[in-house]
Amino acid sequence: MGAEERAARLATRSIKTTAKAEAIDLAIGMVDLTTLEGADTPGKVRAMCAKAVHPDPTDPEVPRVAAVCVYPDLVAEAVRAVEGSGVGVAAVATAFPSGRAPLEAKLADTRAAVAAGATEIDMVIDRGAFLAGDYMKVWDEIVATREACGDAHLKVIFETGELATYDNVRRASWLAMHAGADFIKTSTGKLSPAATLPVTLVMLEAVRDFRARTGRRVGVKPAGGIRTTKDAIKYLVLVNETAGPDWLDPAAFRLGASSLLNDLLMQRQKLRTGVYAGPDYFTLD
Amino acid sequence: MAQSDARLPVRKTYKLFIGGAFPRSESGRSYVVNDARGGFLANASQASRKDARDAVGAARKAFGGWSGRTPYNRGQILYRIAEMLEGRRGQFVEELRAAGAAKGAAGAEVDEAVDRWVWYAGWADKLAAVAGSANPVAGPFFNFSTPEPTGVVAIVAPDSPLLGLVSVVAPAIVSGNTCVVVASEPAPLPAITLAEVLATSDLPGGVVNVLTGRRAELAPWLASHMDVNALDLAGAPADLAGSLEEAAAGNLKRVLRPGPEAGIERMTALLETKTVWHPVGT
Amino acid sequence: MSSDVPRGDALFEYAPAPESRDVVDIKPAYGLFIGGEWVDGSSETRSKTIDPSTEEPLAEVVWADAADVDRAVAAARKAHDEVWGPMPGRERAKYLYRLARLIQERSRELAVLESIDNGKPIRESRDVDLPLVAAHFFYHAGWADKLEYAGYGPDPRPLGVAAQVIPWNFPLLMLAWKIAPALACGNTVVLKPAETTPLTALAFAELCRQADLPPGVVNIVTGAGETGRLLVEHPGVDKVAFTGSTEVGKQIARAVAGTAKRLTLELGGKAANIVFDDAPLDQAVEGIVNGIFFNQGHVCCAGSRLLVQETVAEEVLDRLKVRMATLRVGDPLDKNTDIGAINSAAQLERIRALSEIGEREGAERWSPPCELPSRGFWFAPTVFTGVAQSHRIAREEIFGPVLSVLTFRTPAEAVEKANNTPYGLSAGVWTEKGSRILWTAQRLRAGVVWANTFNKFDPAAPFGGYRESGFGREGGRHGLGAYLAGAQR
Repeated sequence: MGAEERAARLATRSIKTTAKAEAIDLAIGMVDLTTLEGADTPGKVRAMCAKAVHPDPTDPEVPRVAAVCVYPDLVAEAVRAVEGSGVGVAAVATAFPSGRAPLEAKLADTRAAVAAGATEIDMVIDRGAFLAGDYMKVWDEIVATREACGDAHLKVIFETGELATYDNVRRASWLAMHAGADFIKTSTGKLSPAATLPVTLVMLEAVRDFRARTGRRVGVKPAGGIRTTKDAIKYLVLVNETAGPDWLDPAAFRLGASSLLNDLLMQRQKLRTGVYAGPDYFTLD
Repeated sequence: MAQSDARLPVRKTYKLFIGGAFPRSESGRSYVVNDARGGFLANASQASRKDARDAVGAARKAFGGWSGRTPYNRGQILYRIAEMLEGRRGQFVEELRAAGAAKGAAGAEVDEAVDRWVWYAGWADKLAAVAGSANPVAGPFFNFSTPEPTGVVAIVAPDSPLLGLVSVVAPAIVSGNTCVVVASEPAPLPAITLAEVLATSDLPGGVVNVLTGRRAELAPWLASHMDVNALDLAGAPADLAGSLEEAAAGNLKRVLRPGPEAGIERMTALLETKTVWHPVGT
Repeated sequence: MSSDVPRGDALFEYAPAPESRDVVDIKPAYGLFIGGEWVDGSSETRSKTIDPSTEEPLAEVVWADAADVDRAVAAARKAHDEVWGPMPGRERAKYLYRLARLIQERSRELAVLESIDNGKPIRESRDVDLPLVAAHFFYHAGWADKLEYAGYGPDPRPLGVAAQVIPWNFPLLMLAWKIAPALACGNTVVLKPAETTPLTALAFAELCRQADLPPGVVNIVTGAGETGRLLVEHPGVDKVAFTGSTEVGKQIARAVAGTAKRLTLELGGKAANIVFDDAPLDQAVEGIVNGIFFNQGHVCCAGSRLLVQETVAEEVLDRLKVRMATLRVGDPLDKNTDIGAINSAAQLERIRALSEIGEREGAERWSPPCELPSRGFWFAPTVFTGVAQSHRIAREEIFGPVLSVLTFRTPAEAVEKANNTPYGLSAGVWTEKGSRILWTAQRLRAGVVWANTFNKFDPAAPFGGYRESGFGREGGRHGLGAYLAGAQR
């Protein structure tokens, strides 16, 4: 279906140095800085939030990231830590990452996160139901979760690595958008392959066509495996060429990542100082 | 068919050595290497600043593992390098002769290079005893100082294409440093052949990374790189050395100015000393 | 934790116990010490050094200019070539022993002088600085005739003239760290003390005369940054040794690049003090307090980043605050004082500015209730909690009594955070488990690791940093390498 060739072709585009500087800052502002470990503690979350607000403490010009992404029980901690900064708090709800729990549990998970102050909910679809052909179950869960979100934005995670084919990704995209998703997201980050360029291309085509048909702009979030500035810029080129410049906006495109941020900062410094940067000069939080 | 004896030899493609692999330059560039009489020998890869950056990345990645090996193990691997080099003696003699050495001199240089690996191999598990100390402080403390590798070392190798190269690489890595070395510009081929020796000597990928190309193009990027810990100027041209040392000040790299070809100083200059204090009591 | 930590001194109110200032004799003005003589100096620029605890002027000093530096370097060169270089080591040794003894004999006076000029508590100048100064000369005296056993070849030679620039935080101790090894190895020196703390170096010049040290072996030129620059860039020096900020260290490294001068640098730090959950907590709290509040935190190796395991963070903080409330801030000459005056108005301003940034970035600030004198430069002991690596107060050297507290979950994370800095001077580890001490110490990229202790110094123990904390070592056999030809450092 050409997605792989098209994505590979776009990945070789090179952009001007000035555009690169802007792309890096844009990418920083699109990062959902993420920690999703069983070992997460309040201290770990607070530290990551400090990084989200001031990615490079030595340079106030560096933009803040879009949001932090944590488990629901740590939302309250994150909300306190980013208060007043404009950084959003996203929670992975609905029995993340497997999604294997009764709907009531998933909805309770969602409501708790929203009540604690989450501004965004990253839900997982039931891949088992999807692959069994029970699309109605997937649909109903998204609609119910959408309702439980209230004012919070809803991102729907497909775990495209488990959906296996591009046709499934396209089908899941349309299903989620019609069911009320504000964002469609590739992966949980817990499974390989996570985000890939071709999968993201398919999703970007879907959101483009969905807006043409309905007038509503749905966002896209590749997550997992995006580690370098080079990767991030490939995604931005892909967005620009596929969905168009309207999507070059943190309200419509996010990058779910953790280590990516420091690579963006290092490249940013390289452009500014003219020498290659080192990791010792960027914080680990 | 008198021609059938004259088999057309299969030539070697000389590439870079980064992270244990042999990639071409990302820039796609190469430069012609001629023999001493001006005849064509081969195209060598002409590395770019991005290759230098990738090589530093590979060296950094390899540092934790290599410095964490036991000194005994590092010594074994250095000795293994000597064995592998000895096994390819003929090939190196040929390459050195092509680069202009007389037959006897080429043989002597290879022998000396092998022996130099052997000499440094033996240092691996003795260096800490010689460069470290137990410190008799005036108080109830157990106090000792141990040498540790400084990290990633960027090396501008001298023009002596084999022995000069071995003389700068071996003392850097024996203590656990990893390195990025810019090979002799006019005679880079033995460096890549040496990389083939390294690649088959149980040396982990990334411990030694070899770049061929223009010194004046590559060395400044390495000297200014904020993730390089030390700079060996052994083969830096005099007109370049000062500016390289100045660039190295950006993150206070340890700078090794040209000095003796071999000796303990080549190792100790690339070491840090760590002093640990602990109270003594019941 | 509430801020009204109980104070136990209502019953045992300490009486003021000031050390007498009468033991010191400060002249109204000082010249330069060149070639064994006091000279006026050709420079017209002068400044007054002040007592930071009262802001009273103490004495006027010259800011040596290019001509003055020239004369000092020439005097050192002459002394090196004609007297000190050729002198047998055993004779040099005896001069150094003499100096060590003179320091011991006059240590009370020198301690008071140091506290007056620097602002540090007399308890520290008397019990830490001065004993270490004497020990440093005594230790290196013994090396002077044994250099061929130091591992730098059979015939180790001096480098020549050493240009030495030292900071204001340990004025006399830094002088000792510079001069003692240089002289032991047969070098002569031109030393520039910091412009805010020149007095003990000038007093040391007097000791050199009392010791009959040959003229020109030690030269002291006073002045500020420009004098230092002239000195290290002087073509007549063979060796540059600097202790101070990383920023100036880099400038010096650039200036020395391309010359034959040898260089050692001892620069800034942002040391992690790691407290594991099995640490002896009361001892650890003492170590934390000593680590950051010793010498008002004007210590390059200060334990300014407390990394405490999340499981015990609250308990450690509670105990730390109780202990901090017992710290006595005030008159440096009072023997009961724990924290003296900040050395200068400029330094106080920097500490204040970074502390305000810490608050703005969202860290929580706490100081015990404490009355600060109305005159002089003072800063209450301060702790910031809820600090992350990406706060500036966790990145930048504050060089004041300000502690940043961060938490970690696992040993690997502790090491990762500890090493996540461009610096690498020192670190602390607190745990009862021997294997964990060694595991942690091995992985810390720092030149000095204090395990279950902190801020310990000894002339026999090498001191110096990794990465941007500089290079070269001071003290021990290793320190000699900085002053001998043949050795790389």
